[in-house]
Amino acid sequence: MIETVAFNAFQILFVMAFAPLYAGVLSRLKEMVQSKRGPSIFQPYWDIWKLFHKDEVLSDETTWIFRVTPYLVFVMPIFVTILIPVLTDYPLVFAFMGDMLAGGFFLGLAGFFAALAAVDTGNPYGPMGASRTRMVGFLAEPVFMIVFFTVSFVAQSTIPYIVQQKWVASVAAFFSPAHILLLIAFLMLILAEGGKIPVDNPSGHFELAMIDESKGLGFSGRGAALMKWGGQMKFLVLTCIFLNVLVAPWGLAHGRLIGDVVVAVPLILCKVFLFILVLVAIESSLAKLRLFRISEFLGAAFITSVAAMFTSIFPGA
Amino acid sequence: MPTSTPEALNTLSAGLILISAFAMVATRQVQGVLRFFVVQSLLLAASSFLLGYGRNSVHLWALGAITLAAKVVTIPWVLRRLLPGEFYERREISQTVNIPASLLLALLLTVAAEFLTGPLVAATSDPVIRVNLPIGLAGVLIGAYSLIARREAIPQLIGILAMENGAFFAGIAIAPELPIIAELAVAMDVMLIAVVVGLLTRNIRETLGTTEAGALSELKEDPGAWR
Repeated sequence: MIETVAFNAFQILFVMAFAPLYAGVLSRLKEMVQSKRGPSIFQPYWDIWKLFHKDEVLSDETTWIFRVTPYLVFVMPIFVTILIPVLTDYPLVFAFMGDMLAGGFFLGLAGFFAALAAVDTGNPYGPMGASRTRMVGFLAEPVFMIVFFTVSFVAQSTIPYIVQQKWVASVAAFFSPAHILLLIAFLMLILAEGGKIPVDNPSGHFELAMIDESKGLGFSGRGAALMKWGGQMKFLVLTCIFLNVLVAPWGLAHGRLIGDVVVAVPLILCKVFLFILVLVAIESSLAKLRLFRISEFLGAAFITSVAAMFTSIFPGA
Repeated sequence: MPTSTPEALNTLSAGLILISAFAMVATRQVQGVLRFFVVQSLLLAASSFLLGYGRNSVHLWALGAITLAAKVVTIPWVLRRLLPGEFYERREISQTVNIPASLLLALLLTVAAEFLTGPLVAATSDPVIRVNLPIGLAGVLIGAYSLIARREAIPQLIGILAMENGAFFAGIAIAPELPIIAELAVAMDVMLIAVVVGLLTRNIRETLGTTEAGALSELKEDPGAWR
């Protein structure tokens, strides 16, 4: 009992500590592919450190929503972390408090408040980015739903710790068409939710073209740091759901000793690094889509997930 | 559920074949459609090699080799030679139904294929048939759909070839002992179709300046009006 609480806390620390590194390695590798040197992989840490030591400026026009939002954006990925397998392949103390839909709700709540806060400032770019994020969001929602329903249908459970064991039960289950289709649908979803290249350009600095980034333009000091850190944690959490629940629970700690869990850290980081390589390949080889092509991109993700659902419902698979 | 590794890998390639069928519907560029067709054919060849290995069938090995030679190498090469690169790089190829709606229709066709093969699949215990038959039929139906919906000649041709891919994918599961002569005949047929359609398209393009098959619906009696 005590140990699972400790491991849960350790998982949260893991996500908090390595989320900026994840963002740093990703941007560094992307720059290297473009034959540039790029910032140090620890740059996101310095950015967050710097922002925490700056004054926070709040506009007189803003309400409590604007002040609360950074904390919500920061805390919600942590709530999701305690529900999903990040380092262990057995359920921890809070695993049965909520299922994957609860995780979706937590992230959705953070997104909702971020959008409200962007409108709250009265800054012309904020609401534009917020409405675009909502557009991507409502197109992504059905894909999320279908992926979760299919996964739950296949595993007969919505708890991520139980789902993850399903795909590695046999080689055939791992390679089944439903699994592959689900993986591709969820990968497209991660690209859309994380503001990655076919949908949004994370390194763009042109306000009119921003989708995800412009929501945070009104924040400064501590608020901006929390928003940034929260966004990076959200992306790491989504990656963990993808890699540990949907792909395979390889590398997760199986034993209940503290040593097992510590050994899992480098293994999971290796897994995440492989995923970064895939992301870099995608981000360097594709161009950003026009805004109204995003519906097509997510439409394709939706079709893929529904096809996964049908191939798993019918007796063939 | 398939148990041996080659059969499990075959299901992997089944999933990817279905994805590439969707991708062919979703792509706007002719080049992209052709590329996804090559990927699909490559997966088909991989599947037949895997099953040939798993079931010790020389026929499936031969079929894989034929697919590799005809669809992965020769047909793309012929099509590339017959039409200029500019034709393949152009985006926004015309089609009667827009792409999101096309994808939804392709999805419906997949569901229909799963539904139609349901009773057949339930009657067999062969794990490979259970995977290949629905997805092969879905490939045939999606290919037929893109044949209807696309207006450009080359994507239409690729629709026919994709239908053929789907049929082969189902075929390697239900009739693994098909005589090689039949497979060779089919492969030659496909190649001839590719050459004939390619040449026709080239000529149409030279006279009319377009490759839109949809624009050819009206007959012109006066040959002077063509130019």
